[in-house]
Amino acid sequence: MKLINQNWWKYLSILLLLYVLIAGLLGKVPRLAILNETIRVLYFHVPMWFGMIILLTTSMVYAIKYLSGNRIEDDHLSIELANVGVFLGVLGIFTGMIWANYTWGAPWSGDPQQNASAIGLLIYFAYFILRGSLQDDQQRARISAIYNVFAYSALIPLLFILPRLTDSLHPGSGGNPGFNAYDLDSNLRLVFYPAVVGWTLLGFWLATIRYRTRRIEEALEEDGI
Amino acid sequence: MKAIMTVLLALLSNFAVAQSVEMADQFRADGKIYVVIAVIGTLLIGFFVYLIIMDKKLGKLEKRLNEKEHKS
Repeated sequence: MKLINQNWWKYLSILLLLYVLIAGLLGKVPRLAILNETIRVLYFHVPMWFGMIILLTTSMVYAIKYLSGNRIEDDHLSIELANVGVFLGVLGIFTGMIWANYTWGAPWSGDPQQNASAIGLLIYFAYFILRGSLQDDQQRARISAIYNVFAYSALIPLLFILPRLTDSLHPGSGGNPGFNAYDLDSNLRLVFYPAVVGWTLLGFWLATIRYRTRRIEEALEEDGI
Repeated sequence: MKAIMTVLLALLSNFAVAQSVEMADQFRADGKIYVVIAVIGTLLIGFFVYLIIMDKKLGKLEKRLNEKEHKS
């Protein structure tokens, strides 16, 4: 909670993302057929998904916190984290489609991981519709918190288990753990991990801005403005 | 000896395959990659500065709100 009122991690995010831009475009990458220079998309497309998972995880944690403590602030944090998390997911889908168009030959190949992540996002869209359809604050908070936990427990097998049971175009499928294909190359990791942290922190930054705006709105409504 | 030769050959052929993959080497040699970095970097810094200013404005609003709540 206290981190919301601190700024250092926002500047860290900026520094990391500028580093990712420079090192990501200039750094050494493995020379791979088909991928060629587009392997650098790894620093921008994949962190969207990592960021989404991290944001949705914290969203789920705050949903449980709300259920155990009934503090409406926890509900607000939960919804805004989910908002930005799904936003990152949508960006991940679109950047993935652009990348796939030039490496797999089509924006959508019905790849298991593609389909599963689309279904996962749809489950979260239903979460927003559910929230919009309920009027009472406490009722909306409680029902959507429960739905949030269910959505999260559906998302994890959809993204991490089901695609791995079959063959997928994505690396790490067909029984392999996630990052085998890239693990060999330490040059990629040198930029990839900072990219994940940088993009995730940017996501948290956006979520806190939305959360703080919501708090101001609530206060104005209490005053009857 | 034969084993060592085989390994060396395998490594060499791997290297040859890797070198034959087409990358933007000429583009980089011409220094044009720095143009791309300068453009995206300017955009990113611009957006970040804008975001920081928005963050600060929000902070001021929160402060005003807190002061008002303490008065009443």
